[in-house]
Amino acid sequence: MKLQFREPGINPAVLSGWEDAPPRKGFFTDTSICIGCKACEVACKEWNHVPEDGLEWLGTSYDNTGSLGASTWRHVAFIEQPIAKPASENGIASNGSANPDFRWLMSSDVCKHCTEAGCLDVCPTGALFRTEFGTVVVQDDICNGCGYCVPACPFGVIDRRDGSDSAKNVGIAQKCTLCYDRIGAGMTPACAQACPTESIQFGDLDELRVRAQERIELLHQQGNKSARLYGEDPNDGIGGAGAIFLLLDEPEVYGLPPNPVVTTRDLPEMWKRAGAAALALIVGLAAASLKR
Amino acid sequence: MPKTNKSGREVPMVPKANFTSYYGNPIVKAAPWGKDIPAYLFLGGLAGASSLLALGAEVTGNNILRRNCKFTAVGAIGASYLALIHDLGKPSRFVNMLRVAKPTSPMSVGTWIITFYGPAAGFSAASELRHLVNSKRISSLLKLINKPAMIGAATLAPALSSYTAVLLGNTATPAWHSGFKEMPFVFVGSSALAAGGMGMLTSPVSQSAIARRFAVAGVATELFAIKKMEESMGLVSETLNSGTAGQLLKASKILSISGLIGTLLIAPKSRLGSIASGAALVLSSICTRFGIFEAGQASSRDPKYTVMPQKSSNS
Repeated sequence: MKLQFREPGINPAVLSGWEDAPPRKGFFTDTSICIGCKACEVACKEWNHVPEDGLEWLGTSYDNTGSLGASTWRHVAFIEQPIAKPASENGIASNGSANPDFRWLMSSDVCKHCTEAGCLDVCPTGALFRTEFGTVVVQDDICNGCGYCVPACPFGVIDRRDGSDSAKNVGIAQKCTLCYDRIGAGMTPACAQACPTESIQFGDLDELRVRAQERIELLHQQGNKSARLYGEDPNDGIGGAGAIFLLLDEPEVYGLPPNPVVTTRDLPEMWKRAGAAALALIVGLAAASLKR
Repeated sequence: MPKTNKSGREVPMVPKANFTSYYGNPIVKAAPWGKDIPAYLFLGGLAGASSLLALGAEVTGNNILRRNCKFTAVGAIGASYLALIHDLGKPSRFVNMLRVAKPTSPMSVGTWIITFYGPAAGFSAASELRHLVNSKRISSLLKLINKPAMIGAATLAPALSSYTAVLLGNTATPAWHSGFKEMPFVFVGSSALAAGGMGMLTSPVSQSAIARRFAVAGVATELFAIKKMEESMGLVSETLNSGTAGQLLKASKILSISGLIGTLLIAPKSRLGSIASGAALVLSSICTRFGIFEAGQASSRDPKYTVMPQKSSNS
């Protein structure tokens, strides 16, 4: 089985059979200018009519959202990260001065719209599909809630919606659509539209990659050595993400996998091993059936 | 549930397991599957290997064993259908599985396997009842389809018994994916010992020599493969030895080894010994499937098993 989508840098919409596909669309989420206002979370819920999924106090800084899921398509992570206190001057502790002893890490997480999307690969009904914009979307009138996409996602993004039977799309896999309806009408996705700092930027992925590269170089010049891009490399384990990030620390600090690889890459090998095991079963039966 | 690794956390016994997680939250999501799915892993394996054993019994002229294996197969695949449909978020849409055929989706491949296997196993079992049918036309029709159905079921059976390992392997669930090389062998071994055990349980001692040999080969394969699997899983193999999964897999091992000893020493002589050994083997297979399922779920819940292997593959 040849996995043709493993050619880096190719628009997955074209590989999926779209003719005259528009440029691939995506997000660039620059967490260095996120202020944690959660306008993206609210805008997403409102526009996409995503139901409430728990108003709990989680005890995780200002994050009471928890994680991405069936009814959370944008999730702002909050980390109050201790840093070395600035040197005290003349023996006077600098606590309370303009230099705090911690820094905020705030990041609005979202579906990565992978170039090689595990959820899409494993979907047995064709409910998950690649749009003309290169994004990955669930058709909620097709999905039968088998749940296979849930463990297939290396980022833990997609989930099956729980709740009472009367609620919308209960039992069906749900995630960010990159506002398929809005971008189809030439509009900006709700989260990016609502972001007051342009921490969330929407546009042609090629252009966003250039912008991300410029931004990371500037931060490195300014001495911010721990800043890094995430998901921008078309040679990574998912063929590059459609939603790329600028992070200020290791990915796992934000709850992101450090080096995710879509498991479909191992699938040809898996089928071979299963074939060998099937053969072993036949051999075992033949041996057991021999007259002694 | 605030949980950081800054303080108050036990020092892990695993080297270099220190990384900063996001409040200890999982990264990947555990499959939203209930007990239906591990039950299906067992039932599907049992069905497949029983169809093969039925063919073996036919060739060796053990007619009672053949009939019983066919009944086991059809019962197990019937229960599988129910379990699989019940586990869907929208059971009424189960037929949407037949919209596409996708080799990249082991679940799609499996759907097509059981779609063709089920009727074959059904007709094969039904033809065993042809003597009870009053209508001559139906009776001769059942006779006509007997062989094609039996061979058809036996042809799909090895795929049915092994593909479920690929179903689990093609996920980001650490304990399932990291064992993908050996898991198909664990699963076919578990299938063979379950089918052999069921044959011993249901059929007279004089008929079930082939079931006993099939079961012995299954136990040997499973024990060897699971050991190899543990080795290649690295850090994630912890999940096979702890918690619910650890208990289930320990029970599975005790049951399969005692079943093996019983099969070799008592089952050839005593009907009761045959029943006891067969039952131990069937239970062992159930424990294996539930154990591996639970190990996967546990590995998804702890970010350590997602992050650590990825960090070491990075460098």
